[in-house]
Amino acid sequence: MGNSALNEAVKSVALTGNEAVANAMRQVHPDVVAAYPITPQTEIVQIFSTFVADGLVQTEFVPVESEHSAMSATVGASAAGARAMTATSANGLALMWEVLYIAAGLRLPIVMPVVNRALSAPINIHCDHSDTMGARDSGWIQLYSENAQEAYDNVIQAVRIAEHPEVNLPVMVMMDGFIISHGMENVYPLADEEVRKFVGERKPHYTLLDADNPITVGPLDLQDFYFEHRRQQAEAMFNADKVVKEVADEFAKLSGRQYDFFEAYQLDDAEMAIVVIGSTAGTAKYVVNELRAKGVKAGLLKIRMFRPFPAARLREALTNVPAVAVMDRADSLAACGGPLFGDLRAALYSAGKRPLMNNYIYGLGGRDVTLDHIRTVYQDLEEMLRTGEVKREINYLGVRE
Amino acid sequence: MATLKELASKEELFTGGHRACAGCAFPIASKLALKAAKNPVVVACATGCMEVATTIYPYTAWKSSFIHSAFENAAATISGVEAAYQSLTRQGKLDQKFDLIAFGGDGGTYDIGFQALSGAMERGHNILYICYDNGAYMNTGVQRSSATPFGTHTTTSPAGRVQQGKRQFRKDLTQIIAAHEVPYVAQTTVGYWSDYVKKVEKALAVDGPAFINVLAPCRLGWGYPPEDTVKIAQEAVQCCFWPAYEVENGVWRITVKVREKTPVADWLKKQARFRHLFRPGNEHLLEEIQADVDRRWAALLKRTEESAELSA
Repeated sequence: MGNSALNEAVKSVALTGNEAVANAMRQVHPDVVAAYPITPQTEIVQIFSTFVADGLVQTEFVPVESEHSAMSATVGASAAGARAMTATSANGLALMWEVLYIAAGLRLPIVMPVVNRALSAPINIHCDHSDTMGARDSGWIQLYSENAQEAYDNVIQAVRIAEHPEVNLPVMVMMDGFIISHGMENVYPLADEEVRKFVGERKPHYTLLDADNPITVGPLDLQDFYFEHRRQQAEAMFNADKVVKEVADEFAKLSGRQYDFFEAYQLDDAEMAIVVIGSTAGTAKYVVNELRAKGVKAGLLKIRMFRPFPAARLREALTNVPAVAVMDRADSLAACGGPLFGDLRAALYSAGKRPLMNNYIYGLGGRDVTLDHIRTVYQDLEEMLRTGEVKREINYLGVRE
Repeated sequence: MATLKELASKEELFTGGHRACAGCAFPIASKLALKAAKNPVVVACATGCMEVATTIYPYTAWKSSFIHSAFENAAATISGVEAAYQSLTRQGKLDQKFDLIAFGGDGGTYDIGFQALSGAMERGHNILYICYDNGAYMNTGVQRSSATPFGTHTTTSPAGRVQQGKRQFRKDLTQIIAAHEVPYVAQTTVGYWSDYVKKVEKALAVDGPAFINVLAPCRLGWGYPPEDTVKIAQEAVQCCFWPAYEVENGVWRITVKVREKTPVADWLKKQARFRHLFRPGNEHLLEEIQADVDRRWAALLKRTEESAELSA
């Protein structure tokens, strides 16, 4: 079906991740989209442009001259009361960096799909999570997706989460570059009307375009008030936890698809588990099934919400798993493991029982992750369980060393 | 245009109580621009003196709506506001006209915000961008910018034993924006209030992007008594360092008459930032500056004469 709009009568359609996300954006119907193309996100901007050109949306599309201006214009539009979106990848996200913090600090409910791609240098257009993992402390809520369906569903839910009065924070929705963005899958979209009803109209507290109530946005905030505003921002992140759940439950009633902070797969009685983000979860689930068929108590935990980090819930989910391998598709380059590993170990520090844990940095620059790679991780976990020792804490998987 | 009496009786949308220095020029630019606007205004402002002196939380000097985001993105920010305005109006969600004005200093406009400005001008947003050019990064303590004149002492182009201030001539941003072929581009100073107000009125009346480069002397960075701001701005026009002109739909026109072109050295002499140029041995620098002013003035006259011939 390419670039055309979804036929509402169709139950499932074959879509790439980019097509699914562009269609989710069409159905959300933002007032403003300001975006700049970058591989592998480019198609989202192209497809959305055709929706604008064909009059399928009333959106004002701003074809800006850079990602820095994309995020800046989105900030301006959102502060002016519009529902505003953009999308990017990798170096584009890096160029937005300064304004990411501003969007969050100004409490603007912007939604941004990010198609994960490795950061330069060396330049590489393929998937890893180094781009969005770098933005993990920018004050944005982060939702990761395993496949095109999840990316589509997450974009729609993100609008409600971002605009919730107790949150008012920007949300980025991730999908793996090429693997999801360009891979064709069967996707079950909602009808346009269902999405419109679910997301509703944005109702901002204040806008620049209210002549009777002019406001000053982004004033100089010094020693006497900056901290209070940061504290409020932190509180909004705490509130997001509750709202993400509420929105997921409401979305389940509409779609039949239930989302959570993370997905626990065969985890209840697991003796060993992999924690993973994104499309690799699909590959790993296949291996879990293999191992379960052999009687091995293998499990998996897939992170959906990385920011705010659901530390207490993860602690509860993993405290009884004796051996845990954390898989990071990004290296922190801090010589102490990937970002997920660091956060997860910190979350488990206060657990009554702490699993043996190790870390695998994998798939950088789009390096293929095969079933055999995942099998070796479970083999390492079996050895860890048998010996009670972590032989090697930080491992680089599938690389020539 | 509005008379002085009409302007004086209009509500002050940019109010007193801000913390700009005595003799600072930008409050003249912001106050008069808002007075010249006929609709409610949204201001987007780059980081700089204007932003830090007028919006110290929980206070604001702005009775219009105002947004500050970052240093280099005022043009992109106002682009987004304009996109929201267009979209909401088209969808029937908004029924109120607005004038959308961005302000930036020369740092935020000539230099770090140059790309965002060029992009916004090219895309054709219905906005007015006003650059208050004080010829250096004054907010961070007088560092050189691409607007800083040749020979100027700044804290990053100091006059020393072997170097005599800034070694490059300033870039002509007004002409660069004119090359974007937008409907209205103008250059003026806070020294000629009626010329400035008229230009803001014209700029807001066009359908599309408009740009005004307003010379806004900085008494600290330039080094002159605070009461001389208006006078020193006027003299910049009369010595032809900073001609007041406009480019309206491609037609170039001088708007403030130069009665008798004064030597640029007379203007430089009144400012501490040029003091070293008057030391013995630096005569050639003064000559170079005069030659540059003469060359640019002649080129501008030629363009205005060509415009006059074409429209005759």
